[in-house]
Amino acid sequence: MKSTDHEHEHILSYTLLAVVLASLLVLTGVTVGVSYVDMGFFNVPIALLIASTKATVVLLFFMHLKYEGKLIVISFTSTVIVLCMLIGFTFWDVAFR
Amino acid sequence: METTIDKTGVRIGMWLFLYSEVILFGGLFVLYAAYFHRYPEFFVEGGKELDRIIGALNTIVLLVSSFTVAASITAIQRSRKAQAIYLLLFSIFCGFIFLVNKYFEWGAKFSHDIYPNSEKLAFGEPGINIFFGLYYVITGLHGIHVIIGMALLSVALVFVIRDKVTANRFGMLENAGLYWHLVDLIWIFVFPLFYLVL
Repeated sequence: MKSTDHEHEHILSYTLLAVVLASLLVLTGVTVGVSYVDMGFFNVPIALLIASTKATVVLLFFMHLKYEGKLIVISFTSTVIVLCMLIGFTFWDVAFR
Repeated sequence: METTIDKTGVRIGMWLFLYSEVILFGGLFVLYAAYFHRYPEFFVEGGKELDRIIGALNTIVLLVSSFTVAASITAIQRSRKAQAIYLLLFSIFCGFIFLVNKYFEWGAKFSHDIYPNSEKLAFGEPGINIFFGLYYVITGLHGIHVIIGMALLSVALVFVIRDKVTANRFGMLENAGLYWHLVDLIWIFVFPLFYLVL
């Protein structure tokens, strides 16, 4: 059996994966810690910002998105844009009725 | 006879499926956003009923299991079969721990008369009812995904043991891993939205 496209076979070292895990655990600690501080309106955006950062890290390294070709990167980005439109426009409608 | 495997193609198929999953949960998050806007004070009150320690614990369990799944792919790429097997077993075990935590969490809510159509919710504040309705739908659907993810990882484990997943051909393990990471991704958003609303 022969396999194609060897350039996509990036082997992520255990060390790199462990660093990624450590950063995710730290961010989890931060989001829990921040939730005890009452900042009124800003609590939700900050929690979502931290969650988005964690999601980005998971996508880039655990899901290998950093090492994928254009097709997967572009199609994934488009999905996120569609999702933002879906949530954004619906919320816009509800909020400013 | 030589067969060629389109490794990228194998992953693209999985990613396409994951996009539909993102939109599926995205739809539920739209509902969350719209009702949070209408009943902010009740969402805060409902969120206080949830145990953020159990929520944080489950977040850690899922993050660690995502790490071990990613590491099992590294192990297979380096032809370290035994390592890959232990890493996958540990990941499946993490999924199990997550579900046990969920069982105790839901059980505690049930005993406080908080479940769909319970008297406290059905005849109480609509905001609280909607908060817990969304809580049960989203965490329930996520729980089903955890179970499916565990099943996929188990299949990958059997394939690794039987040498059907090897350093030359590990698309199935990669795709099972992608699914497991998606389950983790969704939880990353569910956790702050439900457990950490102030």
